[in-house]
Amino acid sequence: MKSLHREIPLLDIRNLSVRFNTDSGVVHAVNNLNFSLRKGKSLGLVGETGAGKTTTALATLQLIPNPPGEITSGEILFNGQDIRKMTEAEKRLVRGNRISMIFQDPMTSLNPIMTVEEQIVEMIALHSPMKGSRAKKRALEMLDLVGIRPERAGEYPHQFSGGMRQRVGIAIALACEPALLIADEPTTALDVTIQAQVLELIKEIQKILHTSLLLITHDLGVVAEICDEVAIMYAGSLVEYADLRTLYRKPMHPYTQGLFNAVPKLDSEPGGRLAVISGLMPDPVDLPAGCTFSPRCPYAGEVCLEKPCGMKEYETGHFVDCYFPLRNKGGDLG
Amino acid sequence: MNEKLDGMKPLLEIRSLKKYFPVRSGLLHAVDDVDLSIERGRTLGLVGESGCGKSTLGRVVIGLIEATSGSILFKGEDMLHHNSARRAEFRKRAQIVFQDPFSSLNPRMSVFQLIAEPLFINKAFRSRKETERRVHELMDTVGLARRLVTSFPHELDGGRRQRIGVARALALNPEFIVLDEPVSALDVCIQAQILNLLGDLKRDHGYTYLFISHDLSVVRYVSDEVAVMYLGQVVEKATNTELFRRPLHPYTQALLSAVPVVDIDNRKKRIVLEGDVPSPINPPAGCRFAPRCRYRQNRCGNESPSITEVEPNHFVSCHYAGSILDYV
Repeated sequence: MKSLHREIPLLDIRNLSVRFNTDSGVVHAVNNLNFSLRKGKSLGLVGETGAGKTTTALATLQLIPNPPGEITSGEILFNGQDIRKMTEAEKRLVRGNRISMIFQDPMTSLNPIMTVEEQIVEMIALHSPMKGSRAKKRALEMLDLVGIRPERAGEYPHQFSGGMRQRVGIAIALACEPALLIADEPTTALDVTIQAQVLELIKEIQKILHTSLLLITHDLGVVAEICDEVAIMYAGSLVEYADLRTLYRKPMHPYTQGLFNAVPKLDSEPGGRLAVISGLMPDPVDLPAGCTFSPRCPYAGEVCLEKPCGMKEYETGHFVDCYFPLRNKGGDLG
Repeated sequence: MNEKLDGMKPLLEIRSLKKYFPVRSGLLHAVDDVDLSIERGRTLGLVGESGCGKSTLGRVVIGLIEATSGSILFKGEDMLHHNSARRAEFRKRAQIVFQDPFSSLNPRMSVFQLIAEPLFINKAFRSRKETERRVHELMDTVGLARRLVTSFPHELDGGRRQRIGVARALALNPEFIVLDEPVSALDVCIQAQILNLLGDLKRDHGYTYLFISHDLSVVRYVSDEVAVMYLGQVVEKATNTELFRRPLHPYTQALLSAVPVVDIDNRKKRIVLEGDVPSPINPPAGCRFAPRCRYRQNRCGNESPSITEVEPNHFVSCHYAGSILDYV
């Protein structure tokens, strides 16, 4: 999508669609998704529960359980190579090694009966030629990098606090110096002061290792801290996509703007009313024929109900899936 | 915003409240000597991170957990040392809404049964008809469509479930409601709907809220007064405007600076705290925040500060409040 940049993007997702065949019908989880991520950059994928963010991440790693899940179309180009066309053996070389993932809940994503050192060593031994004492040494280096003292290497996940566990998760994910790190709500389970520590850590490590970051979150504030670009996801599709400053200064999709207006802010006057988008996200089993946001959109016209608009580049690098994008910041949703 | 009216009695007053849990390795100081008061029709926001004791405090206040010592005055009468009849009456007047509308509602009860449960238990009405009328009335109040009366929780989204939680709390016409992280499990759009609902209810019915949350932006939005808790103790309390404009405790400052802000043109310098919250089991002497405090002095490790009024209506528990602590 970003033809402006001549270098091949590290990750280029084109027309990705994922569906789940369930008893109550076909769930269209991700529909015709396009985005790309350059080397060393961070992209924030933002949306509410059920928007398809995590499905997108799992599809990127080819981890959609099949059945019931199925990638029905699209290309997932990693360094120009389509991951979908790789053999299982090739995929295994990418997963965990070139692309790795941090999960939301560090308590359930770590193995409770292995020491943290063993868990990092396991990752290194699987994906690199380092074995034995060299792998061990590397594990201690990784712990040091994320700020855990070496004497704690032999402890088990339950002996660590939530923030420390997430540091262990980061150490495991980065042990093989992946080119791409996918972080799925990495700080959602953490307290704000600990969240601040973990975000600082991710930023620092990104600088040292030049890792690209795909950050999945519902928190617009977290994205503002750490990302270069933002993609807003709604009901399985992207509705707006731009660099951070452009999108935050001038959100153009009515949903994006509604999302911004619904967030209480520290500097707002207390006691006012928050602007609310009425209604709920559509059932992914039964998506509307036109624009997926049209049933809730105060600006929807007839054309919106008939057929989806599709992404349009309204300004350079600012893509919006809307026939009637908002031009002024601060427009209020009723 | 009205500041405190002199001579007005608070609706609820918490004095030297302590709750210790005996654990194998000692005493867990969940709530350690807390004083707070809330006036009628006001909202006190209680903010702090996981494990600071804010939920325990909320539960002790309405009598779900027994206090270790201290007193809770409701309209001037001590509820901890009253006979059971008086306490039963108090528990109708004081209600709670829980955080997780997914686990706090019985999955085998319909919306009707859930909302009517407090009415049945307290024998509020003699006839089924009257009960039904009250349930419908409550559903209207919290914005639940009447057609949902036979639905079960799993058929409803988080926002509607939380509306059931609110309706249950309102069923017996309470005066005081503890809201324990009522929007933490909800998406922002739904969160905004529930916050608006709670605001409307307070305005229309004059409820008094203790609003417990870890989210400073939400607390900023709903509270009249704010108290910040750290490791079982209140470290700072002030009016909403004052606390957010001029936080004086180093912990409050760090907490405020750690909130990721959406406004990219208005970034503040971040204070990143070192380490984690220490264990509340047998906490050491001295200021509990000292190990993580960037202004720490020798004195802080030995002598625990008491909460004092540094400026009118602005209470801080720090030896050096007001001298070195201007917000960066």
